[in-house]
Order: sequence, then structure tokens, then C-alpha cells
Amino acid sequence: MAEHPRATAYRALLVAQVRAQTQYRFSFWLDAVSSSVVSLLDIVAVLVLFRATPALGGFSVRQCLLIAALGNVAFSLADASVGNIDTMRQYIRTGRLDSMLLRPMGVLPQLVFGDFAPRRLGRVLQSCLVLAGTLIWIDPQWTVGRAVLVVAAPLAGAVIFASVFVAGSTVAFWFVESGEFANAFTYGGRDFTLYPISIYPGWFRKIFAYGLGFAFVAYYPALALLGVADPLGAPAALAWCSPLIAVPAVLAAALVWRVGVRHYRSTGS
Amino acid sequence: MGIDVPWPRPGTLRTAAALAGAGFRRWATYRQAMLAGAFTNTIFGFLRCSVMLAVAGGAGGVAAGYRGPQLVTYVWVGQGLLAVVQLWGWTELSDRVRTGDVQSDLLRPMHPVLTYLTADLGRAGFAMCTRFAAPLVVGALAFQLYVPHRLTTYPLALLSVLAATVVSFGVRYLVNLTAFWLLDIRGVLVAWMLCANVLTGLYFPLAFLPDWVQPILWYGTPFPSILQAPVDVLVERGSAAHQLSILAVQLGWAAAVLAASVLVQRRAERRLVVQGG
Repeated sequence: MAEHPRATAYRALLVAQVRAQTQYRFSFWLDAVSSSVVSLLDIVAVLVLFRATPALGGFSVRQCLLIAALGNVAFSLADASVGNIDTMRQYIRTGRLDSMLLRPMGVLPQLVFGDFAPRRLGRVLQSCLVLAGTLIWIDPQWTVGRAVLVVAAPLAGAVIFASVFVAGSTVAFWFVESGEFANAFTYGGRDFTLYPISIYPGWFRKIFAYGLGFAFVAYYPALALLGVADPLGAPAALAWCSPLIAVPAVLAAALVWRVGVRHYRSTGS
Repeated sequence: MGIDVPWPRPGTLRTAAALAGAGFRRWATYRQAMLAGAFTNTIFGFLRCSVMLAVAGGAGGVAAGYRGPQLVTYVWVGQGLLAVVQLWGWTELSDRVRTGDVQSDLLRPMHPVLTYLTADLGRAGFAMCTRFAAPLVVGALAFQLYVPHRLTTYPLALLSVLAATVVSFGVRYLVNLTAFWLLDIRGVLVAWMLCANVLTGLYFPLAFLPDWVQPILWYGTPFPSILQAPVDVLVERGSAAHQLSILAVQLGWAAAVLAASVLVQRRAERRLVVQGG
């Protein structure tokens, strides 16, 4: 009984947001185009680095580009769907979260649907085009497995990024002025996935690659697509584990979120 | 209202010092945000530093004239300087234009450009003590930083950071001034973000770009003067004469952007309509 009206309410929130933001047409398109150009620069940066060096951590420019392109798709998908959650710290600081708690809807979907930014879809399109272009350039030997992987890996990666976005936003429940703290793991995670994990120092790699699961976003799937063995000696089967990592990531994020909401005491004003 | 020429008059120096002190203290109150920012800069330091060391390793030790330790210093000093020159997210003036609060800035006996500049220098001073120092300490502990060989480098680098802050302020001020015409400056901000991320030398050292681009960037745009310049002075890329020429370019741009700010400010004041006044 409760399910259906809620779905309608969420859809109404979403449609209202899309309509509101597309009203200012010039501003909307300028935003959509320029923010996808900004994220394209991450890929351009990889190419610029290869002007100064023939190889990065033992990987060629094509191999690195594939890693970066996979990471870029995963991040842009997560950013488009839940990236706006980082506005939550403003909701907490100004006390507006209180009114969200009073409504008969979940706070998380309210934030996700109510702040949905359709301009971020420009980035998704851009990153998919870059991935397609890269795949045409490197021309991997296609098998059914690899075809499945090239679709499944960015989706699983997006789920991992989305979990980090949600878990990171909860820091504001404890530290109201936490500012850019979560960016270290969301945008930092994006930067991490753009390059082969073999270039990072040991303990740092352990935290980001395995602790937060970022190695499974782009690096291992790219190795399988390229048919290259991991220079760090991990078994080839890890390439297929991204969805298995995504599930506990979601569960952990959901748990942290619940604890955070319960902990919320309002800023009082 | 508004005094057109921002040259010092009696008491200006004392006012400026008070404003700078206020800027310093104001930012010293946001302690949680400062810690969070320093933490994030540090994480990005690790990320960028690993990439740069991989580049140096792949290039056989020297990449575009930088040795490994110089690249390490480039990354950590760059992360520290980010907050000092405040590359991102300064919309104070444009917000005040939109709300109409800017009128009280115009009533003050000091020129707005000078008022905002001195407050910004105070903010930068606080950032030097905290946001600049924190990542640098972590970088020094975790990696081998390049230590300048020439004693003269230290005062030159400090001057260069000061000039970088002034250039950055001038560009940010001009970006904000567009609010007098546009009210909503989001589009301009995105364009500034693009330039700030790539053309200042934050994403990669500008020397990685083709040779023919270099003079266009350094002489034709203020962006390298904001980040790449102080870093290049500090890691002693080139001779002492080269350091001085970098500083000269920065001072030229500092004068240019401040002059432009004063000029545009004069035009903007004629456009001002205080909303709901």
C-alpha cells in the first residue's frame, strides 16, 4: 500500500527538478557542456603525461587510457545519480534537514531525487564516448566474456563510487563543518582509478585499492580486457569480482547512513 | 561615493594592516574546515605524487627538466599553495553584488579593490601557516623533497608566493566583477575553473606541454603566474636569472590584473542597481 504513492512522489520530485533546471536553457547547456569538458580534462591529463614519459608504472599510453576511460564512466554514472549528496552538509548546517526528516519519505531518496542535476548526464555521455573511442583504438580481442565485462565493470564501479559518496556525506552528521573531507575519497577515488594501481606506494594502495575497493572499478577489469597479467601478481580472476565488491560496499554505506541519521541531533537554531 | 584612485592616503596603511589582521583571524575561526581541507590536500598529494614519480621513473629519472625530488616538491607545494592562492570557490563579491550588500563596500573610505586585497592577503597569511604547511610536512615525511641549494631561493620563493596571491586575487576579483553585468556568474566560474585547473600547472607541470605553448601561456595569460611560477622558483628550475625572470612576469601580471580590476570596478559602479533598494 505504501509503496506505490511513494514512487509517485519520488517521480514528481525528479520531474520537478528536471523541469526547473532546464527552464534557464542557456545556463543549463553551458553548465552541461562545460562540466563535461572539465571532466574530459582528466583524460587529456593522462595523454599530456605521456608526452613526458613513454610508460607509466609499466603500462603504455593505450593501456592507461583504457583504465582511465573505465574509471571515468564509473565515476560519471555515480556522480550523475548520487553525486549531489555532497550538498547534504549544507542541509545539515542550515537545519533544512529537519524538514526532510518530517516528511513521510526517506531522507536519502529525497536528497537524491530532489537535487538531481540533469546537467551531469552530459558527463555520462562524454565518458561513454571516450570509452567507446578508446576501445576502438586499442581493439581488444573480443570474446563474450570481455563484452559482458566492459558493460558490467563500469556499472559495478559506479555502485562502489555511489557507496563512497553516500558514506562520505554522512561525515557531516558528526562534523558539521567537515567541508572537503569526503572529497578526499570521492574525487580522490576518481583520481586513484584513473591510473594503474601499481604506481601507488604500498599502504596507500592497500587503503584505496582494497579497503575502499577502487582497484575493482577500472584496474582489474582493464587488465582482463587487455589480456595483461597484473604486475603486482594478483590472480586474473579478480577482474570478475567487481560486482562481488559492489554488494558489501552498498551494505556498508547503508549501515553508515543509518547510524548517521540516527545520530543526527540537528544544529538547533 | 567610492574613491577612484586607490593610492595610499593618511592612515591607509594602518587600515590595511587592520583589514589583513581581520582576514587572518576570520579564517582562523574555521578550524574544522581547515583541518578537513588540509586532509584532502594531503590525500591528493599522495595521489599526484605517485603519478609524478611514475612519470619520472618511466622517463628515466628526468621528465621535462624536472628530477624526481623536484616533481615531489612540485606536487606537495602545489597542494599547499592551492589554499594560499585560493584557486577555487571565491564568490564573496559576486554574492554581495547579487544581494545588493556591495553598496556598503562602496561607501567605505578605502577603495574596494584595496579593501578586498588586504583582507585576502590576511587570509593567505593564515593559509600559509596551516594549509600550506600541513601537506608539506606530510610530504617531507613520506617522500624525498627537493631542498633548494641556493639561499637566495627562499626569499625569492616567498616573494613569488605573494605575487601569485595578488595575481590570483586580481583574476578572482575580475571574475566576480562580471556579476555587475550578469548577476549569475556560474558560467564564468566554470570557465575560470577550467583555466585554474589546467593552465596554472595544477594537473601537470606546464613544461609537459609543447614548447610553442609556453610563451603564449606565460606571457599571454596570468594563469602560470598563479601556481607554476612559485613552484618553479622554489624547485630551482633553471638559473637564478631564470627565477628573477619568472618573478618579473608575475609582477607584471599582478600590476596588470590590479589595474584591470580598478578600471572594471569603475565601470561596474556605474552599472550598479541595488535590487529591492
